[in-house]
Amino acid sequence: MVMAIDELKKATVLDFIKSGKRIDGRGFDEYRKITIKKGAIGVAEGSADVTIGKSRVIAGVKTEIVTPFSDRPNEGTLTFGADFLPMAHETFEPGPPRIESIELARVVDRGIRAAEAIDLKSMFIEEGKVWGVYVDIYVIDHDGNLLDAAAMASTAALQSLELPAYRDGKIIREERSPKALLEVPTYCTFVKIGDKLVLDPLYSEEIVADARITFCVGDDMLYAIQKAGHGAFTKEETLSMLDRSFALRKELLSHIER
Amino acid sequence: MGTPSEQPLIVGGKRLDGRAMDELRPITITAGVLNRANGSAYLTWGRNKVMAAVYGPKEVFPKHETDPYKAVVRCRYLMAPFSTDDHGRSGPNRRSREISMVIKEAFANVVVAEVYPKTAIEVYIEILESHGSTRVAGLTAAAVALANAGIPMRDLPIGVSIGKIDGQVAVDMQKEEDNFGQADMPLAIKPTTGEIVLLQMDGKMTRSEFEQALDMAYAKVDEIHELQVAALKEYFDRAAVMPQEE
Repeated sequence: MVMAIDELKKATVLDFIKSGKRIDGRGFDEYRKITIKKGAIGVAEGSADVTIGKSRVIAGVKTEIVTPFSDRPNEGTLTFGADFLPMAHETFEPGPPRIESIELARVVDRGIRAAEAIDLKSMFIEEGKVWGVYVDIYVIDHDGNLLDAAAMASTAALQSLELPAYRDGKIIREERSPKALLEVPTYCTFVKIGDKLVLDPLYSEEIVADARITFCVGDDMLYAIQKAGHGAFTKEETLSMLDRSFALRKELLSHIER
Repeated sequence: MGTPSEQPLIVGGKRLDGRAMDELRPITITAGVLNRANGSAYLTWGRNKVMAAVYGPKEVFPKHETDPYKAVVRCRYLMAPFSTDDHGRSGPNRRSREISMVIKEAFANVVVAEVYPKTAIEVYIEILESHGSTRVAGLTAAAVALANAGIPMRDLPIGVSIGKIDGQVAVDMQKEEDNFGQADMPLAIKPTTGEIVLLQMDGKMTRSEFEQALDMAYAKVDEIHELQVAALKEYFDRAAVMPQEE
C-alpha cells in the first residue's frame, strides 16, 4: 500500500540524508533512546517491553513440556514467532503472517541460536520430554528498526526467563527458578540511503532506503548477518558496519542487562 | 548451526568429498532447457540439482501489485518434497519464503525493471535434489534463466557460500558441512562491480574470519560467472541451428 503522506515525506528525508543530517537530528551512527522494561508481563515466564524511539515491541516467553526433535533428543526446543499487529501501523493488516514478520522472527532466532545464548541441553526433563521455550514477539508501534527492537525484547525476555517447576507430570507455574543466559547477543541494523549508511533507521528512513543489513554479534564473535532490500553493499561498507556493531555492543548490553 | 560434529570434516587437509578449502564442487549449467518458459536454466552443483525458469514481462496478478514505473520482480524458491533425505512437505514454508525474498531482492538490484513498467517478471527456482548451499545454487541458475529470457540486466550475479568447518574457513558448503560446521554464509555478488546483493550468515566467525570469508567468495566470482556466460553462449549456438517450428 502506498501512503500519500509517506510519498511526500520521502523527498524531505532524502534531502536531509544527502546533506549529512537526519530528520530527528541524530548522527548517522547513533541509536535513538532505548528503554527496556523486563518482566512487563507477569504471567509470562519471561518478558520485556522495549522501545527504540517511537517503535515499541513486547516479547513474551512461555514454556511447555514438549517432545524433543528426533535429532536432538536431549535438548529443549526454542521457537520464535512474530506478529506485526494492525495497531502498530496503518499498513499492517490482519491476516496471514507477512514475509517481513517471518523474516524478522527468523533473523532474531538465528542470532540467538548461533550464539548458543540459551542452554537448551539443561532443559531436558526425562526421556521424550523436554522444555519447549516459545518466544513471541509483538510489534505494537512501528517507527522503524523493528528488528533491533524485537531482538532486544527477545534477549531481554529470555534473560528474565524463570523456568517453572515440574513434578509428577505437572508444570507448577507458581514455582519458578531463574535460568541464566550463556550469552547475550546484540543486534545492529543499518540501512543504506544513496551512499550513506544509517544506523537504527526511522520508518521514514526505511521507506527511502535501498538496502538494509543486520549484524548480530558477541564480544568478539559474529553470530548472524541478514541483508535485505534491492540495494547492494561493498566489502568496505560491510566491514565498517560490522566494526560499528562490535563498538556499539557495550552500550546495547548496558540497556539489556540493566 | 548444526550439532557439533562428532566426525572430523577435514581429514589430511581435505574435506569429506576430497576438496581443498578453496575448491568449489563441480558445476554444470545448461541454458534454455524448458519449452514454455521465456527463459530457463538447469544447474548441477555437486549433488544439487536445480531447475530455474523465468516468465515475463507479463501481466501483474493481483493487479494492485502493479508498479506504474517499473516491472515487479518476483521469486519463488522451493525445495521439492523428494529433494532431501526426509520427505519434505510440498509448497512454501517460512524458510523458503525468506529465501525467496532475499533472492528476489538480489535480482531487483540487477534487472533493468524501468524498461517494463506495469509488468511482472517471475523467477521460479525448484531445488530437485538438495545437498547444501541450495539458495546460492538457485540464484546462480536463475540469473542465467533471466538472461536467457532476454531480460535486460545490469549484471549477472553469482551465488556462492562460505562456511567454517573444523575451525577453518572454506568455500562452498555441502550438506554435512552445513549441518555440522560452525558457520554458513551464503552470498551473491555482482561480478562487474564486486557489490554484495545477498548476504546472510549464521554461526560463529571472528571479524578476521569474516573478512577472510569475503575474500574467499570474491576469489570464486569469476570461475562461477564464466560458467554462466558459457551456458548462455552455448544456448545461442544451439538455438542458431535449431529447426524453427511453427
